[in-house]
Amino acid sequence: MSTPFYVSPQQAMADRAEYARKGIARGRSLVVLQYADGIVFVGENPSRALHKFSEIYDRIGFAAAGKYNEYENLRIGGVRYADLRGYTYDRDDVTARGLANVYAQTLGTIFSSAAEKPYEVELVVAEVGETPDGDQIYRLPHDGSIVDEHGSVAVGGNAEQISGFLDQRHRDGMSLAEALKLAVQALSRDTNGSEREIPAERLEVAVLDRTRPQKRKFKRIVGRQLGRLLEADGAGTEAETSEDE
Amino acid sequence: MDFLSEHQPELLPGKRQLPPAQGVLEAPHGTTIVAVTFPGGVVLAGDRRATMGNVIAQRDIEKVFPADEYSAVGIAGTAGLAVEMVKLFQLELEHFEKVEGAQLSLEGKANRLSTMIRSNLGMAMQGLAVVPLFAGYDVDRERGRIFSYDVTGGRSEEHNFAATGSGSIFARGAMKKLFRDDLTEEQATTLVVQALYDAADDDSATGGPDVARRIYPIITVITEDGFRRLTEEESSQLARAVLQKRLEEPDGPKAALL
Repeated sequence: MSTPFYVSPQQAMADRAEYARKGIARGRSLVVLQYADGIVFVGENPSRALHKFSEIYDRIGFAAAGKYNEYENLRIGGVRYADLRGYTYDRDDVTARGLANVYAQTLGTIFSSAAEKPYEVELVVAEVGETPDGDQIYRLPHDGSIVDEHGSVAVGGNAEQISGFLDQRHRDGMSLAEALKLAVQALSRDTNGSEREIPAERLEVAVLDRTRPQKRKFKRIVGRQLGRLLEADGAGTEAETSEDE
Repeated sequence: MDFLSEHQPELLPGKRQLPPAQGVLEAPHGTTIVAVTFPGGVVLAGDRRATMGNVIAQRDIEKVFPADEYSAVGIAGTAGLAVEMVKLFQLELEHFEKVEGAQLSLEGKANRLSTMIRSNLGMAMQGLAVVPLFAGYDVDRERGRIFSYDVTGGRSEEHNFAATGSGSIFARGAMKKLFRDDLTEEQATTLVVQALYDAADDDSATGGPDVARRIYPIITVITEDGFRRLTEEESSQLARAVLQKRLEEPDGPKAALL
């Protein structure tokens, strides 16, 4: 019987991390930003049906970059977790923190188990609060760690550069149109610094809007409404968003 | 629901071990629910009384719930079980919508509710029946539709109007005489209040509008724009208007003889 080559645990983990990072980097990036009335998700997605963002529960949204089948699996798991919690206890007892913990456990276990390949996904779990101070955004990298983010976060291929760009320009209390424009600007910057145009049809946009009268705050922004928001400049936007409710 | 039955079956209504019943179990029962379609939507309404034997258990119970954006359920029968069934039904519609990214068809929702009622058959045999009325706006066919059920989960689509619960026979009689094809939304809401008044008039278990306590029927309207529950103000106005007329004519509006 031949003895397998010795691979140090450090090396093994580094290899797995490298593998996952490369997988995630192949996908397009997406950004999640706080704005005055909630949290906006923006990403480039040519598909109308295969979403990168989705609703998990009343105030909780989910965003993922990486491999579709893997994050879809995690998304459905999250919806189940949240619905079961909400049914057993109460709708208020479903929190982003709890959900992020479950995701972290799942990703961490998969990452360090030798039997499975690590998931090539990076997730964002966001919860909109009653006030901007109550907003929570968690970023979950492939290895199962949790990062508590504020203001803006980017995940996916070009994430570091984009989040650098966003950190400099994002400020609290932006209107939805301002935040959306900043996000599109950030996404359209290529690795080499040049800019390209992303048409509205290729954008996937969703919001967690705390001003929505319904319990479920998640809403996709599509079609004409998206076009209007992208065209609107700063001032006239507040009225536009509320009129669509 | 499949997930729930695998992981925590004890949370599902149909999966419970029942102790053998001795005598009649006394639990609050909900009474009358009525529904009427009109061009462009459907109205679902219910009285506010829950009874336990000959005692009024609750005066202000709410028996009409939104199931999702385009449908609602009104419940008659054992209140505790019915409320739980509605909660599970709401959960299931929402869960499906989130996982699949699309809403169930109205027919699909009605079928799902049918299965849930059937799973309660054991309880129904012991006198704890739940008989809901399901109404919704069919987005594909662009009209309001009503589905009624029996204790065994048998589902049938009702045209124009329907009623369930102990006062339903009287309410149905009233609706039969008052219904027309071209009702407006406001006329349809008035019609259900008239029907509930007649049910309360002849059925002791159905509650009429309680002016002293300001308890009025719950009236909901489902149209293209989704589910809407009339505000306290609106339903009190409707109920008071009907009541005012009844002071002159206690038996309500007269239909033509021929």
